[in-house]
Amino acid sequence: MSHAFRIPRLARVLPFTVLAALLLSGCGINNIPTYDETAKAKWSDVQNQYQRRADLIPNLVETVKGYATQEREVLTQVTEARAKVSQIKVDASTITDPAKFKQYQDAQNALTGALGRLLVTVERYPDLKSNQNFLALQSQLEGTENRIAVARRDYIEGVRVYNTELKTFPGQLWASTIYRSYKPMETFTVAEDLQKPPTVKF
Amino acid sequence: MLSRFRARWGRAVLGLLLSLVAWAAHALTFPELTGRVVDDAGILDPATKAALERKLAEFETKTTGQLVVVTLKSLQGTSIEDYGYQLGRHWGIGQKEKNTGALLIVAPNERKVRIEVGYGFEGTLTDAVSRLIIENSILPRFRANDFAGGISRGVDDIIQAVSVDPEEWKARARQRPDDQPDLADVLTFLFLMVIIFIIVGSIARQQAQADPRGRRGTRGPIILPLPGSWGRSGSGWGSGGGFSGGGGFSGGGGSFGGGGASGSW
Repeated sequence: MSHAFRIPRLARVLPFTVLAALLLSGCGINNIPTYDETAKAKWSDVQNQYQRRADLIPNLVETVKGYATQEREVLTQVTEARAKVSQIKVDASTITDPAKFKQYQDAQNALTGALGRLLVTVERYPDLKSNQNFLALQSQLEGTENRIAVARRDYIEGVRVYNTELKTFPGQLWASTIYRSYKPMETFTVAEDLQKPPTVKF
Repeated sequence: MLSRFRARWGRAVLGLLLSLVAWAAHALTFPELTGRVVDDAGILDPATKAALERKLAEFETKTTGQLVVVTLKSLQGTSIEDYGYQLGRHWGIGQKEKNTGALLIVAPNERKVRIEVGYGFEGTLTDAVSRLIIENSILPRFRANDFAGGISRGVDDIIQAVSVDPEEWKARARQRPDDQPDLADVLTFLFLMVIIFIIVGSIARQQAQADPRGRRGTRGPIILPLPGSWGRSGSGWGSGGGFSGGGGFSGGGGSFGGGGASGSW
């Protein structure tokens, strides 16, 4: 028999292609973009909560001003810190650029500090402390600070998963070949205890 | 170059292991979700518990939102805010997409109370409202050692805060998952039955046609999967929308973001 049955090239290559595709998808080739998206979603949560805090501030400052006009210095500090926060431009590169991230973090920390000092100052004004409007604002502020803490923790976890995938095997392989544009993300560095402003006990 | 790669990999693995250890060391334990009232600290009498369970079950039937009361023996060294949202997420209180859940958490040994609010309720059960409920309804009674009264009153206030107007109730009820078969379920079941009968009928006809020509071995196995799928669709109809009738309570898969308010006495 002289003619052997020749398998067409497609039929020869196809099984290997299918096998390769299955192996690759099992090897977590999709992990890096998936974790990237998750971490980015958590980052926008963090930004939302910080924005929510910034939105509460004008009302807070006005209420305190009504009772404690002599505390001009502290009130000015809060207003200025808030202005600085709104000036920071956040874009897609903020979480991968260490310098930009630090700038964002520092601005938010400065606002946290200023708020803390304001709340301590309020202690001296019993009329203000019992003002319904102020109490409502204060509870909203505490709630927002808590949400910020939760969002930060979720973000830190998301970044940890993503960065780990970039550094460990087999993520490392994909990262250095097809996912070259994916950079490790920055995470919050200051200890959380320092983030919460002192809560005022009545 | 290989040694550098190995060193980096080694460090990464070590880092991963350490973080796992750290995470395990800090992992909190949560009580079992035995019902809508989880009295782990044992401060509620049976009558109060039963009344609360009724109220909370009724709330869920009307609005599909989930409210849970939990008393804790210990906060395990963490703050009630920290514990609260993790407990809510662990139990998955509230409907999955809408996150309509809230927890009333009491830690009598640390003298802390918290209303943990899921995203879905934050519009009406705001931080300020939660704070007011705690300050005005709950803490005065707790200070007088009336836990049952404080919790009951707190639950009443929360339900009131979260309740929306009747029109929206009706709209939500139309969308809610039912544990009794409703019209959609019955129609689906009938549809499936019709399909099955058609398949069985056509196979029977084909077999009748095939027989004169001799048996076709490939037809045989097709009939076998049917009883299995029948059983599956039957049991699917029976269990309905995720909350089994007969007292079993489970979280609807909702999540929490840290909203709400706390108080201490």
